[in-house]
Amino acid sequence: MLAYIVRRVLYAIPILVGVNLITFLLFFVVNTPDDMARMQLGTKRVTPDAIEKWKADHGYDKPLLWNAKEKTLTKTIFFEKSVKLFAFDFGAAEDGRDIANEIATRMWPSLALAIPVFLVGLALNITFAMFMAFFRATYLDFWGVVLCVAMMSISTLFYIIGGQYIASKVWHLVPISGYDGGFDALKFLALPALIAVIAGIGSGGRWYRTLFLEEMSRDYVRTARAKGLAESVVLFRHVLKNAMIPILTGAVVVIPLLFMGSLLSESFFGIPGLGSYTIDAIQAQDFAVVRSMVFIGSVLYIAGLLLTDLSYTLVDPRIKLE
Amino acid sequence: MPFAPLVLATDALLWALVAAVAFYAWYCRRKPHLAAPWKRVFQSPAAVITSVVLVCYAAIGLADSLHFRPKLEGGDAYSPEVLSVLDLALAGLRERREKTYSAPLATRLYARETIELPDGKSTREFPRLRHGGAHLADESEALKDILIKGGFGLLAALILSSLIFLSTKPLQKRWADVPWLSAAAAWAAILAISLPTAMLAARYHVLGTDKVGTDVLYQALKSIRVSLVIGTLTTLVLLPLGIALGVMAGYFRGWIDDAIQYLYTTLNSIPGVLLIAACVLMMQVFVDRHPELFDTAAQRADFRLLVLCAVLGLTSWTGLARLLRGEALKLSQLEYIQAAHAFGVSDSRILGRHILPNVAHIVIITLVMDFSGLVLAEAVLSYVGVGVDPATTSFGTMINAARLEMGREPIVWWSLAAAFAFMFLLVLAANLLADAVRDGFDPRVRMGTVPV
Repeated sequence: MLAYIVRRVLYAIPILVGVNLITFLLFFVVNTPDDMARMQLGTKRVTPDAIEKWKADHGYDKPLLWNAKEKTLTKTIFFEKSVKLFAFDFGAAEDGRDIANEIATRMWPSLALAIPVFLVGLALNITFAMFMAFFRATYLDFWGVVLCVAMMSISTLFYIIGGQYIASKVWHLVPISGYDGGFDALKFLALPALIAVIAGIGSGGRWYRTLFLEEMSRDYVRTARAKGLAESVVLFRHVLKNAMIPILTGAVVVIPLLFMGSLLSESFFGIPGLGSYTIDAIQAQDFAVVRSMVFIGSVLYIAGLLLTDLSYTLVDPRIKLE
Repeated sequence: MPFAPLVLATDALLWALVAAVAFYAWYCRRKPHLAAPWKRVFQSPAAVITSVVLVCYAAIGLADSLHFRPKLEGGDAYSPEVLSVLDLALAGLRERREKTYSAPLATRLYARETIELPDGKSTREFPRLRHGGAHLADESEALKDILIKGGFGLLAALILSSLIFLSTKPLQKRWADVPWLSAAAAWAAILAISLPTAMLAARYHVLGTDKVGTDVLYQALKSIRVSLVIGTLTTLVLLPLGIALGVMAGYFRGWIDDAIQYLYTTLNSIPGVLLIAACVLMMQVFVDRHPELFDTAAQRADFRLLVLCAVLGLTSWTGLARLLRGEALKLSQLEYIQAAHAFGVSDSRILGRHILPNVAHIVIITLVMDFSGLVLAEAVLSYVGVGVDPATTSFGTMINAARLEMGREPIVWWSLAAAFAFMFLLVLAANLLADAVRDGFDPRVRMGTVPV
């Protein structure tokens, strides 16, 4: 087991190197630092001096890959901006603040929103899917699927805008947006969490229903029914257990990514998490922050893949990781 | 010539895609084994109804994809403004601009204005609209007028629909399996909505006007093209990458498989929105640096749209590649492939003649399934600020503008409602069609091993 984990972690290194190369290519080779400087400073009336100063301030005044003057690899943009990510040294954002510090503080509001949404959403989706699978090929199932397809055809933006309007502006239940620490956070998080859960029911419910129906067409289910087991026992005792593998495949991989927060909810509801941080960075064209978030996202995704494999051993005794 | 035709890159690709689909349909008709799954698809009423809806959307989008520049009056120069055939058809909607917000079917503006009375005093009231209901001498007649116009539209729809219903009889005889009545019902519903709307749109703003007084119905109709472009042109990048890499990984295995798997795990591990954002930001820098490449603003916006499609394609081929890799892995173990090997058939021939046709159903299912997701993604990306050009009308830019109007007192809801309705119908139709296509093409459904 330990050997397996070590091997997987080692596998992750070339992938992260690849991610770094891609971002490096995107950010520095397709466009030169001069272009970035011009964009940050505004396109009109930019003096060469101003560009040089911007580059020097942000550390973009070095050669890309090989510092010929000092005969070293370290004093280059690639080393300073990309290799240092591996040590989680993200440097400073456009406004001068330390990115790593910012991430550490913004992580908590993101998690406070993402974890309840994930857990409640998963439980609700599976329950709804079990309900449809139990009543399969009846009108309940049919209308359940219709509801799912209709709900997944609505853009998340509409859920958020509509929910915010009804709950905050018409009913005055919760503040429209904002955030506060401690227990006060609850009243700010309740609505975005509820909306995120509702927005996920459509695709989630349908996805799990397909899983359950697939599982129910297997031979062991026929055997269980032939034994005379009640349909509910078949469903809960046998099908649910066996459907755990496909459920885990989809669910566990996103757990680490919960850190990244939700882009839309956070920016609409003014929650100072990593999602709104990312959006702000994209809109302000803060390349340093975008680059750091890309790197963190990849690390978390790889962690998710590893966790998925490990979780299989928990639910399926046949799987041994060697 | 009174106009100069202008072919935008997305126009050319969109029409090429139409030609390709037409060719595929013609090819399928001649091959019974290719036509069979499609026949199964179109036995379901849902598929037929949604196809009718999608055909209407496609017609609007394609009419909006024939661009030209009109000649300026009194000169040889052509206008920098790029129009499309759809703009011509909707010239009335486009030109009848108001000053600012007005509610659907309203005759007065949504905001008070100071108006000078003839006796020199001034008063604050809601002024009459320049165009909406301007033909009425007495405003109180508006409701009656609307009902009469709408009634006429409904009547016309009724007559046309009954003609359509009559025409289903011979069609039903010729192609007995297709539920023609459902198709006719869908047409009837569309006519019942669109004809009264068209009647009213000549005199009113059926869906109101936005902040700068543009007709919202016009905006919604113009948004359709962007959705179609993103939903379809993305596949031009997605397909070659997904098919080639996926099938090769599964068939050749060994280091090729390792390399391709490495490539897609790496791409997959970058959060999608961030990768798209990074690409789009970089593209923006490129566009700013090369203004000489684009004659008109429309061409610049079009380039941005095209790059967005390419970027979406680059980030979304991994799912298809993984599916195809698994399938090719399975297929390459089968006896008939081994027999082909034993006969000395070359790898490229095995891939082309034996593997590709047997994974085609997966490709088609993925294509249809991806469409709705891409349409939804456009709205989100435009909100994030990495979507289409802000000057382009799309559902994303409409929602983005409308979201701020929800905070107004009293609220302006019609822009958002229009974007919602048009987008919901498109995505719902695409989703339902995708389900029908999946059921028709899935061999397990055909054999009855998986309940639908």
